[in-house]
Amino acid sequence: MIKVHNLAKVFGTKHAVDGISFSVERGEVLGFLGPNGAGKSTTMRMITGFIPPSDGTVTVGGFDVVENPIESRRLIGYLPENAPAYTDMTVYGFLKFCAEIRGLRGDAINKSVNRVVEMCFLERVLHQSVETLSKGYGHRTCFAQSIIHDPDVLVLDEPTDGLDPNQKHEVRGLIRRMGEKKAIIFSTHILEEVDAVCSRAIIIDRGKIVANGTPSELRQKSEWAGAVTLRITGVNASAVNAKLSQLPGVKRATVLKEEATRVTMRVYPKSTDTNGALARSVAEAAQGWHVEELHTEEGRLDDVFRSITMPDTPERNA
Amino acid sequence: MNAWSNIKTITKRELGAYFSSPLAYVFIVIFLLLCGFFTFFVAQFFDQNQAALARPFMMWHPWFYLFLVPAVGMRLWAEERRVGTIELLLTMPITAWQAIVGKFLASWLFLLLALVLTFPMVITVNILGHPDNGVIFCGYVGSWLMAGAYLAISCITSAMTRTQVVSFIISVVICLFLILAGFPPVIRMLEGWASPKVVDAIAAISVITHFDGFQKGVLDSRDVIFFLSIIGFSLFSTSVILRGHRAG
Repeated sequence: MIKVHNLAKVFGTKHAVDGISFSVERGEVLGFLGPNGAGKSTTMRMITGFIPPSDGTVTVGGFDVVENPIESRRLIGYLPENAPAYTDMTVYGFLKFCAEIRGLRGDAINKSVNRVVEMCFLERVLHQSVETLSKGYGHRTCFAQSIIHDPDVLVLDEPTDGLDPNQKHEVRGLIRRMGEKKAIIFSTHILEEVDAVCSRAIIIDRGKIVANGTPSELRQKSEWAGAVTLRITGVNASAVNAKLSQLPGVKRATVLKEEATRVTMRVYPKSTDTNGALARSVAEAAQGWHVEELHTEEGRLDDVFRSITMPDTPERNA
Repeated sequence: MNAWSNIKTITKRELGAYFSSPLAYVFIVIFLLLCGFFTFFVAQFFDQNQAALARPFMMWHPWFYLFLVPAVGMRLWAEERRVGTIELLLTMPITAWQAIVGKFLASWLFLLLALVLTFPMVITVNILGHPDNGVIFCGYVGSWLMAGAYLAISCITSAMTRTQVVSFIISVVICLFLILAGFPPVIRMLEGWASPKVVDAIAAISVITHFDGFQKGVLDSRDVIFFLSIIGFSLFSTSVILRGHRAG
């Protein structure tokens, strides 16, 4: 549904987006990750046709966003960053206006407004002015606007920003359900959302794609992926360390925490694809020790995220 | 057809926005008070003993509009940019032109409403004497066109900034220039050192010169075209500025 090819945007001398390509099909939820200023919002603005690209193309449902802006926009629902809405209108008036400008007429307007009001839990504030809404309700009002015409493509710029944990949970559920039938791109800072919602994630940094894969593929890039964490009591930390470091397939072992009689260790494998082999050999080596806990780490996204987007890492290509 | 219904939707929303804030009511009340005060106390409507509206009433309009129209137009784009709704509006399946025209029309219709509410003046002169209602109507048309020209200029300045006050001040200055270029004292001053051709050229871009004909009841197509071309040019400039912001 969405095809982005070699997309670039230059502001003055700054390359905000620097030649990125990806595509999103129906039934996919693509998470868009990256540090602040990485070019996430700029990319989304180009997809929705708000700003023209400096180079490259975007097609939505087969329509080029520059050459057929009206046709491509018709297919897109867009939640801009900070969820703007007309403050001088009521929630109902705003949604009705959005439905009308989307080309809905007559009975279809009321039907679609009622549908999104129910989906986004806006009944309580329906006739309240947008200006007086709390942040969460304001956000959901703008979100409701983006799905009012039941679009095939959804572009959501930080859809859960400013919501409380319950609301976050609701919105994630909503995105996941809608992702079964639509093509969705959403950006976020919250890495747990990637696991909760995305079928695939892209990490961009300084305008370039630095990682692209399913959440578990990305996690594999973590240094922790496949590492075994072990908690034991009644032994000497350095003795344990020495013994575990000797095991075949172990890159290194570190002591995470050492309390009076309790030691927490992490053992890193030489290759990530150990299929539990490392855990077994650690368990064998631990015979006779008083083991409280032993598990294999899956790797953590925030670790991956940090390691590839740290500001002092040299620029690298995707 | 589709374009028209998009424009209508936007116009309806913008008109609603005026009336959901105190702005509309404050504007109308002040406009009507000013009209009444200047007509009856400054221009001495009763002492003139003439059943006409040109001198005592219409002549003030370029000056009222100088401050009131930029106040109406300043929020059109500045507010959209400040709140960020411009990103919503311009990613809807409409063209930027439809948004620009829709917004302009809403404000222009609002100004028309304010102008129509001065109807007691017309009733007054009709009770007191036998005015030429054709001349009065012509004056109203000219006044509305002039307001439209000011408004279109406010559209440009509103698109230039996200601060309404800045937009207001710049458009007041531009409109003041358009008035002064044809203001008799200024023209007399210019005649002192510029050739008559230059003076004529400067006077020709003034709204006062072109509004004069309407007040006298002369509906000259050149005057109509003058105002309409200011509107057209300004709205075009607005679209260029909006595109410029987005192109970065």
